[in-house]
This record gives sequence, structure tokens and C-alpha cells, in this order.
Amino acid sequence: MTKILLSLIATLVVGAAAQAQTVDPAASELVFVTRQMGVPVEGRFQRWSAQVSLDPRKPEAARVVLRIQTDSVDFPAPEVTAEAQRAVWLDTAKYPQAVFQSSAIKAAGNGRYEMTGRLTLKGESHDMVVPVTFTQSGERGTASGNFVVRRSDFRIGEGEWTDASLVAYEVQVRFRIALSGLPTS
Amino acid sequence: MTPPASTRPARYDGTAIAAHWVLAALILINLALGLYMHDLPLSPLRLRLFNWHKWAGITILALSALRLLWRLTHRPPTDVPMPRWQRNAAHGVHWAMYALFFAVPLAGWGYSSAAGFPVVWFGVVPLPDWVPVDRAWADALKALHKSAALTLALLMLLHVAAALKHHVVDRDGLLQRMRPFGR
Repeated sequence: MTKILLSLIATLVVGAAAQAQTVDPAASELVFVTRQMGVPVEGRFQRWSAQVSLDPRKPEAARVVLRIQTDSVDFPAPEVTAEAQRAVWLDTAKYPQAVFQSSAIKAAGNGRYEMTGRLTLKGESHDMVVPVTFTQSGERGTASGNFVVRRSDFRIGEGEWTDASLVAYEVQVRFRIALSGLPTS
Repeated sequence: MTPPASTRPARYDGTAIAAHWVLAALILINLALGLYMHDLPLSPLRLRLFNWHKWAGITILALSALRLLWRLTHRPPTDVPMPRWQRNAAHGVHWAMYALFFAVPLAGWGYSSAAGFPVVWFGVVPLPDWVPVDRAWADALKALHKSAALTLALLMLLHVAAALKHHVVDRDGLLQRMRPFGR
């Protein structure tokens, strides 16, 4: 009952053209891989929310807003998790949320899309193009992809950590967003 | 069947001697590096030292494998005359050291993988993670790596003390067997 109510509210808010979907956090992930002196060290964000309104029949009208709780950053090693929160890195105390807002989505054929949007992280905003692969089965679907973010664009790793030979500037981001409530025509 | 003493050389061969001293130096350096770095707060220095320590460790592991192969296929010199208990103790310590030459870096490699840091030799050659990322495994292998390393350090001390005892107290010329550039 609550789900239907929420869907209704979401539909009213977003507009009649596109219906809002629900994200399944258990089947979704937001992972990134840093390269530390050549060593791939993987971390993830455990708490984030996505507002997705997508009609696969009209992907260009889709809207995606991703909100990430920066202090949910998580590495296998606790000392690295603690370090990542500090001011020279994510500065989670001052910038508790990172946001990605889509501005345009273009179909590239075969379930592939190019999503243009703006990422705001640590007070810096940059436009980027994110390749997304979308698959659908009934009312469920998965949007996934990977792309590179330059940590230097967002002042992540300042001071003594600006040395790219220590931690490379290119950070590979990998995401999977499991959706339900997709329109099935 | 052991050949008669007269046909066995008085010294270790050149490769064995080179392996001994090169690895002794590498192991000592890595022990010192490990002792110094392990409690450092996270910093660029710590990141560098940890990686150099791992790369040196893998190098020691690889060279130890070659050294062991050599040892198993090349007869060492006959033991210098000494009481049986000393001969047994010497052989026991040597084989224990060989076991630790492998146990220490293997535990370190496993610990690194379990802690979420794959080992990439010299930042270029990725080595397999044969332990999954797991907090419990990381803690266990870290403890194993530390205690095995300390045991090796103690055995090395014992090894040096015993060698000096033979050379200085017994005056049996034992050090000649492993002396580089000797004859």
C-alpha cells in the first residue's frame, strides 16, 4: 500500500510523462578503484539514493538524480576508510553529500545509452558523459556502467597527495542500479 | 648413499654462497623496514615503505625458491666435526630457516590480499590474490606474518652466534665454508 502511495506521489512530482522507479539497494552497488603505486585498491559507497524516472520507450525524457552520502565510503582496510573522510580527501564533514544530476540521455543502440550529467563532489562541479547499459526483464531492470573520474578535478587528495605516482588521478567508477517499477509495454 | 668425505668439497659452491649473502642482506633490510614502518600513521611515506617492503618480500620469496632448488640439487660440504647434538641443532635451525623463508612472505602476501591490497610486484606484475578480501583472514595472517618474521629474526641471531662460536671458540674454520671471495 505504502509502495503504491509513494509511486503515486513520485509520479505526481516528476510529471505524467515519466514514472518514477524504485531502486533495490541490495542488488545495487557503487564501486570505485583507485591505483596506488600501481596497486588497484577498491572502495565503495554504502549509502546512496537514486531518483530514477525512466520510460525505456522514451529514454531521452529520463531523469536520474544520484545522491551519495560521502561518509559511507568504505574500504576493506579500516585505516583507509578513516583516511578517506579527512579534509585532504573527501572532507566528508564539510561535504556530506555528492550529487549526480542527469541533463540528457541519448540512445546508442543495443540497450546502450550515453547519459550526460553534472557531478558535484567536494564543492566542485563538472559535466561528464557516463555510458550506461540498460537491460530490462518485465518491470525490473538494471542500469550499469563504468567510467573514469579524475580525482584532481574535484580536489580529492590534496597537499602531499597530489602526487599522481602515489595515487593515480584516474579513478575507475563502476555502478549497478537495480530498478523495479518500469513500464512494460 | 653419502659419498666419502674426501670427495665432498670443503666449501659451499659460489652460487650457494652468493645466494646466502644476498638473501641475508635482503631479509635483514626487509625485517628492519617492517619493524620501522608497521606503526607509522598513514602518509605518502608509509604507502611507499609498505610497497617497497612487499616488493622486496616477493623478491625474497622468488630467490628463496631458486636457492632451495639449488640446495636440493647441489651437495653442501661435509659438516665440520662437532658433537652430534650440535650437528642436529645446526641442521634443524637451517631447515627451520628455509621453512620461514617461505612462510614469512607467503603470510605477508596473503595478509595484503585479505586486507584489500592486491600485490603488484614493483607496481607492474600483478600477483594473484589467493586469499579473499576478509577482515578475519587479514588479522590472522598479519599475526602469522609478524610472529614468523620475529622467529626468523631470532633464528638468524642464533645462526650468527653459533657460527661465531665455531670460528672463535672452537677455531674449526667453519666460516671459511661460507666466506665470499675465499678459497
